[in-house]
Amino acid sequence: MAAGFKTAEPLEYHRSFLKENCRPDGRELGEFRPTTLNISSVSTADGSALVKIGNTTVICGIKAELTTPPSDAPNRGYIVPNVDLPPLCSSKFRPGPPGEQAQAASQFIADVIESSDLINMEELCIEKSKLCWVLYCDIMCLDYDGNLLDACIIVLLAALKNAQLPEVTINKETDLAEADIQKKQPLKINRLPVGSSFAVFDDSIIIVDPTAEEESLSTALLTVVTDEEDRLCAVHKPGGTSLSGEKLQHCINRAITRNKEISKLVDKVTESTKTAK
Amino acid sequence: MRTMMELHQSCSNLREYGSEQCLLSKPDGSSTFVQGDTSILAGVYGPAEVKVSKEIYDRATVEVLIQPKMGLPGVRERAREQCVRETCEAALLLTLHPRSSVTVVLQVIHDDGSLLSCCLNAACMALMDAGLPMSHLFCSVTCAISKEGQIITDPTALQEKESRALLTFAVDSVERTVLMSSTTGSFSVQELQQCIAISQKASEQIFQFYRESVKRRYSKIK
Repeated sequence: MAAGFKTAEPLEYHRSFLKENCRPDGRELGEFRPTTLNISSVSTADGSALVKIGNTTVICGIKAELTTPPSDAPNRGYIVPNVDLPPLCSSKFRPGPPGEQAQAASQFIADVIESSDLINMEELCIEKSKLCWVLYCDIMCLDYDGNLLDACIIVLLAALKNAQLPEVTINKETDLAEADIQKKQPLKINRLPVGSSFAVFDDSIIIVDPTAEEESLSTALLTVVTDEEDRLCAVHKPGGTSLSGEKLQHCINRAITRNKEISKLVDKVTESTKTAK
Repeated sequence: MRTMMELHQSCSNLREYGSEQCLLSKPDGSSTFVQGDTSILAGVYGPAEVKVSKEIYDRATVEVLIQPKMGLPGVRERAREQCVRETCEAALLLTLHPRSSVTVVLQVIHDDGSLLSCCLNAACMALMDAGLPMSHLFCSVTCAISKEGQIITDPTALQEKESRALLTFAVDSVERTVLMSSTTGSFSVQELQQCIAISQKASEQIFQFYRESVKRRYSKIK
């Protein structure tokens, strides 16, 4: 009987739960779904990670390639993130060129990398104007159940922490690059940006970590990215109904607590692989 | 029917801004919005027919296209389109036109900073010109935080490049609350609150400008 009500009147169905301060899957309004993280999942990539927030599954693979640095920044390497939402993850994505959500997510991840100063790009440069690393980060969603942006940020952070780049020297005689695959160095990560997504219902109720159903019924979505020093790297609210100052502050506080939880998780997983070796 | 270009020199820190409406004959509504040297031309078509794959049974479908000055639209334009589209969806009364489409096309004429703000302002003026029913108007202000911590409103491209953070907010006309927020760079919570307060104050001038320009356009006294 509840299933019939849910299909016929999804908004009323959700409202009846929100009135009791809980959600259909039994969570509190401020509770995140269980998050699990797995690194080095893809052996052919230079760094990889897989994250599951509830049912949302996102995988990231990092491939490092050598290239000449761009002429306007000759002493810096660069990172190229790409978020892919294949038809596999949800019926609302059709095959073909990337849709608006995937492209907007890619741009958002690129902005977060830039804003949070995640990696010092000058360290990716091997020789000024001649050779630098370019890191292609391919983020693919395998199962879309809401909260894509948070999962993408976590998986990218974990994959970058896991990445190992070979040492590259330029042979003075032949002027060619030589990569020493035996000697591998991990990347130096400066900051730990972590995102928290919120959905606004009926202009007043804020829920944390929305599922795909909750996202489609919400009136606005907000993602706050904080780093470990409690500074904000992104406040991304692409429109929708308005949000008052106190509610925004409440979201930021929740995001700061989430940052600590996820930093501990990422550190635990990275440490466990080190001890395993 | 064309109205005279109105230029308004503000006493706060916004650059000289101006707008013109109803300048294109084919779109249902059109406008230009100029902020300093940044200039955007907007055209609105709607309510019009929508492809069956995109139709929504109880609301109109809003599509936004942003054409950059050079080259084809890329990932950056898509992110801006998402911001403009969701802000327009919140303002328009979409349930009055089910199974229809509202298309907003924005052409960048010149980019000298505060591009997303100018796009939103131009879109709002074009939607007003098209006569689409809206529950509230919106306007947008960009704040840049310089490396020394100073907050600059409506920055030029040079000021944007030298800043450490760039925050764009869209404010609604009824309650002056934040509709849209798009930020790059890192900043503290206090700086965020300050920028929101500054944007809300600056939006008063822009809403006053909307009101005056529409009043002037529709008044019988020529």
